[in-house]
Formats: sequence, C-alpha cells, structure tokens
Amino acid sequence: MSTLTINDLRKSFGLVEVLKGINLEARTGEFIALVGPSGCGKSTLLAMIAGLETVTAGEIRIGGRLVNSVAPKDRDIAMVFQSYALYPTMTVRQNMLFGMESRGVPKDEQVAAIKRVAALLQIEPLLERKPGQLSGGQRQRVAMGRALVRDPKLFLFDEPLSNLDAKLRVDMRTEIKKLHHRVGKTTVYVTHDQVEAMTLASRIAVMHQGEVQQFDEPQTIYDRPANIFVAGFMGSPAMNFIPAELSTIDGSDAVSFPGHGGGLTTLKLHRSAPAGISGRRVILGIRPEHLSRNNPEVRGKEGLATLVAPVEVVEPTGAETMAVLRVGELEVVGRFTPDEAPRMGEDMIVSVDMTHACLFDPATQRLI
Amino acid sequence: MADLALAQALDPEAAVAGRRRLMARVLIYGILGLFALVYIVPLLVVVMNSFRDQPEIARNGLISLPQSFGLDAWWSAWDSYCIGGNCEGMKRYFFNSLWMTIPATLISTMLGAMNGYVLSKWRFRGSEILFTCMLLGVFMPGQISLMPWAFILGKLGLSNSVVGLVVVHCVQGLSFTTLFCRNYYISVPDDLIKAARIDGAGFWRIFWKIILPLSPPILIVTVIWQFTGIWNEYLFGVVFTSGSQQPITAALVALTAGGTTASAYDVMSAAVLIGALPPLLVYFLGGKYFVRGLTQGAIK
Repeated sequence: MSTLTINDLRKSFGLVEVLKGINLEARTGEFIALVGPSGCGKSTLLAMIAGLETVTAGEIRIGGRLVNSVAPKDRDIAMVFQSYALYPTMTVRQNMLFGMESRGVPKDEQVAAIKRVAALLQIEPLLERKPGQLSGGQRQRVAMGRALVRDPKLFLFDEPLSNLDAKLRVDMRTEIKKLHHRVGKTTVYVTHDQVEAMTLASRIAVMHQGEVQQFDEPQTIYDRPANIFVAGFMGSPAMNFIPAELSTIDGSDAVSFPGHGGGLTTLKLHRSAPAGISGRRVILGIRPEHLSRNNPEVRGKEGLATLVAPVEVVEPTGAETMAVLRVGELEVVGRFTPDEAPRMGEDMIVSVDMTHACLFDPATQRLI
Repeated sequence: MADLALAQALDPEAAVAGRRRLMARVLIYGILGLFALVYIVPLLVVVMNSFRDQPEIARNGLISLPQSFGLDAWWSAWDSYCIGGNCEGMKRYFFNSLWMTIPATLISTMLGAMNGYVLSKWRFRGSEILFTCMLLGVFMPGQISLMPWAFILGKLGLSNSVVGLVVVHCVQGLSFTTLFCRNYYISVPDDLIKAARIDGAGFWRIFWKIILPLSPPILIVTVIWQFTGIWNEYLFGVVFTSGSQQPITAALVALTAGGTTASAYDVMSAAVLIGALPPLLVYFLGGKYFVRGLTQGAIK
C-alpha cells in the first residue's frame, strides 16, 4: 500500500495562485513523471508532496493516509534533489547513515541497509569519501543511495539529472529505470525534459500554468495530446501546427489550408470529423516523423495525403535528417531518413500520414 | 630581418619605459616603507623600553636605542607594581580580562551562530525586519547604551563585577556575530536543510550535525573579532567596574594616572605589552583563517 492520491490541491503565494486544483493518483509501484516548462508549478507540487511546502487547499494522501499537515520526516518518503544536497562535511557512509540515525534505526539494520544499497548502486569504494571528492555521476548515485537506504513508501525525484552532462544524463536515466524496475517503489519524478518523462514514466502528468493539462500513459500523451500545449511540449522537434478549415473532398472529410504557390492544399482526413463542424476553422497538428518522401513504397499505404512544399533548410543529424519545408506562410518541420532526405531548394512531394494527424479547436485549444 | 630591425627601433623606447617603471617602483615602495615605519615605530619604542631599566630611560630619554637589557620591568608589571594602592601588578586585571573575554566571546559567538541559523534557514514572518533591527546595533555607538546598562546591571546586582561585563559584551556583540553568521549561512544551500528534514532531523540536530560542521571559517572570524573587540574594550570596563574588578584596559589607564612621583616608563611599557599580547596571539594563531574566512563565500 504505497499509493499517492492528490485531490484538488491548491497552493497560493500571497495573491498568486501557483497550483490551481491538481488531481493526480499514483498506484503502488507506479512511476509518475511531472513534466512542464519552468514555472509550471511541478517543483512546488513535489515540495508539497514532500511536506516542504504547506497546502493552501485540497488534500494529499500517501498510502491512503491524509498527510496535509504531517511533517516531512513522518511521511515515509525519500527525496533526491537536483543539487544532490549531500551533507558536505560527512562521508558517503555518514550521509547514508544520517537519516537512519535520526530515526533511531538499530545499528545492525543500519549496517545491513548500507551494505545492501552500496552493492545495489555499486558505490562500495566511495563509502569513505566526502561528497567534494566525487564526480557528478557519483554524487547522483550517492544521493539515490541515501534515499534508498530508508526503504520509504514513496520516492520523490526533483530534476535529478539536470546537473549532469548530456552523455551521463542518458546513462543515469537508464540506471534509474533499471533501479525502479528492481526496487519497484512508487515514484514521483519531476523533470522539464520530455524525453526523460517519456522514457521513464508509466504515466506522465504534463503541467502548465499550475494545472495538469493531461495525465496519461506516455504513448497516449504523444499520440493523442489533450491540447495544443501538450502537443507542442512533448516531442522534439515539436509538432507542426497548421491553421486550416474543415472541408470535404470526394465525399469525405478533409482539411484545407493555403499551400504551395498560393493555391489551396487539401488533405483528406483519416477519421471523419465530428458532424456539424464542416466549414469550421481548426488547427491541424502533424508530427515531423509523419511526413515522408512520396515514393512508391509508401504510396499504397492507408491514410496518406500528399502536398508539395519547397525545402528551405536541411539539418542532418546522422541518424535522421530534419528539413524545414514551406507550407503557405508557415514553416513545417519534417523528419526524414537520410536516404530519402530532401535537398535544399527542392520542391518536395511530401506524404502526410493522416492516421496520426490531430485536430485542435482554435478557440479552446483542445483536441477535437 | 624585418623583425630584428623592428626590435632595434623599439629598443630605446623600451629602455625608457623600463627606467620609468623602476622609478615608479622605488617611489611606491619608498612611500609604503615610510608608512610602515610610522606604524611600527611606536611599537618598537614600547618593546625596547620594556626591556630597558628606568634610570637608563631617564638618562637617555624615551626614544633612544637600548643600552641595557633586563626583564625586571616585566616581572614588576605582572606581579608587584602598585596600581591605585594595590601592589599586585597587572596579573589580577589580566585575569579579569581573560575571565571576561573568553566567556563573552564564546557565548556571543554561539548565540550569533544560532541567530544566523534561524534568520537564514528558518525564516518566519518578520524575520527580515528583525534582522534589520539587529543590524542597527552594528552602527550604534556604545555610549548610547551606558545608562540603560547601568540601570540593568544595578537591577541584576551585577554592577562592578566581571560577570556584569560578560553580560554586557554578550549582548553588545550579538549584532556583529549574528550578521557574520547569518550572511555566511545564506550561502549554505537550502536543499541541505530540506534533505535533512526529510531524513528526520529536527531543528537542533540540523544545527549540530549539518550547520556547525560547515561553520569553522565563519566561527574563527567571529571569535577573533569578538575576542580582540572585547579584550580591547575600554568604555564599559571603566564605567561599570572599579578597583579589583577592572579589566586590563581600565587598569592600564589607572596605572598611568597613578599619581606616583616619577613615571616608571619601563613598567608601563611592559604593562601595555602584557595588555596587548592576547589579541596579538589570537591574531597570529588565527589570522590566516580570519582572512580566508572573510573572503570565503559559497560552500562547495
């Protein structure tokens, strides 16, 4: 029983409301990522779960117990900080012992816990060193070790990888995933990196302006984003948004927008649009990887539509090539395999995979 | 070839610049040396006079090179010279100062550390205002509080006692010690405190186990500052105590105003040096930490 339930949680600093009614729940053993741009309230939310910030309204339950006014130490949680927050005057061993000593854990249990966790994280050789003598990755490990020795109900991570360099970050990401798999603790993980959220989490809460925009499994969030913000935030390069108008072509629903050479481009929709919105303005969302060169292999596939677009910029990354295409007044980014990558200045015939297209309401910004 | 020609063409100018630089150096070091001399000469005179005997000083004048050497003046100043009708030398006052300075330094430093800890890590509504008010004490001249202290010491029954002076110096020192420690603790990351709170440590455990072990640089600064300040303090000493309870600074003045027939410059010099030794020792032992502590900002 180590669930986390958050009901209509609110937080105000003076007149500024930073969290506006958050609802979340994590099942036992689940890995929840809170992701969003800086200032979205994700770190505040985590601090409230930890008990480091007071609750203005609403409730937080850990394992079913209401913990709104319970002190951090009595919430049975452990936290890994962005700055690692290792006690600089203590050795790694003392850092890991500190929590257990504070709680009066029996000596033999302390020794056993250190042994178990040091083996798990492979930090035995570091136990007698001070944090100042460790590299960034080692400190990160020790910070996790300090959280693990306590065997808490809930793990909280506050952007734990953002102080590491790019390569180490990817390694540690894998490490955390393995660790969670092995330990199986309920985890809440705050990050501003959508890739981290996608790779680690069993469910993601995308936050923006103090509200949860969408709380769902990673693939659902990626494929069917609840609104334009989520669609634009998750995925890199970001989803392309094209203002368009609903129309019909050959008796089926389609979207039209200004295209190449001032003419109207019309793409047939894969799903029929909800009745009664024909002629309405919508925003068409297409991910870069759903554009491809119109070649014979793809031509037969279902749900494809084509358009012609001049190629303005080509950016090879090795594994794939990004290209900026001009569609009417807009720039649209496509992601291509290197062998079918466009050339600069080419007028490319592009296949659009309309099975993955999203339509958004321009007024409410929501997915239609 | 071209390079060589260029170098030769430049050479005379370089020589002129070199000469000019040398002149500037000589001038700078000359002036600095002069200032250093102005600073050091009084100390030299006092040190030399403390080892000369009185007849020689009387004969050759106060400022002259020593013709004799003896430790009599030091023994006399320490043990037997008569001050205000009391012929025990400086030792009683020396120990008065010591028993005043050590507790007052330790207590005010500890209180400052605790204040700084609270004001930086456990902020509460109004804590900034409180800190600003405490800062006023840094700028407040001591004589303003003479009357209130006289009243309070009287009420406490601590007038004319070393303990009374300890109380005065503890309170008077709080502004400085709090300022030092608070500004130092501001640079201790708040995440450490949060981590410790989650780890189950309370207010005092965090202070003892996390904050204090990080504090030696600032504690050394504070202790040196407080020790020299309290040891050298004169006003409170002379106003609130008299006779056998006086600290050494007050006794030194009593010694010069002794009203005895001839001024014993040798003994006076030795007495002054006895009075100056402890702060000097503290500085020699801790001076490098003092400078390091003052310049050290963040804890990494």
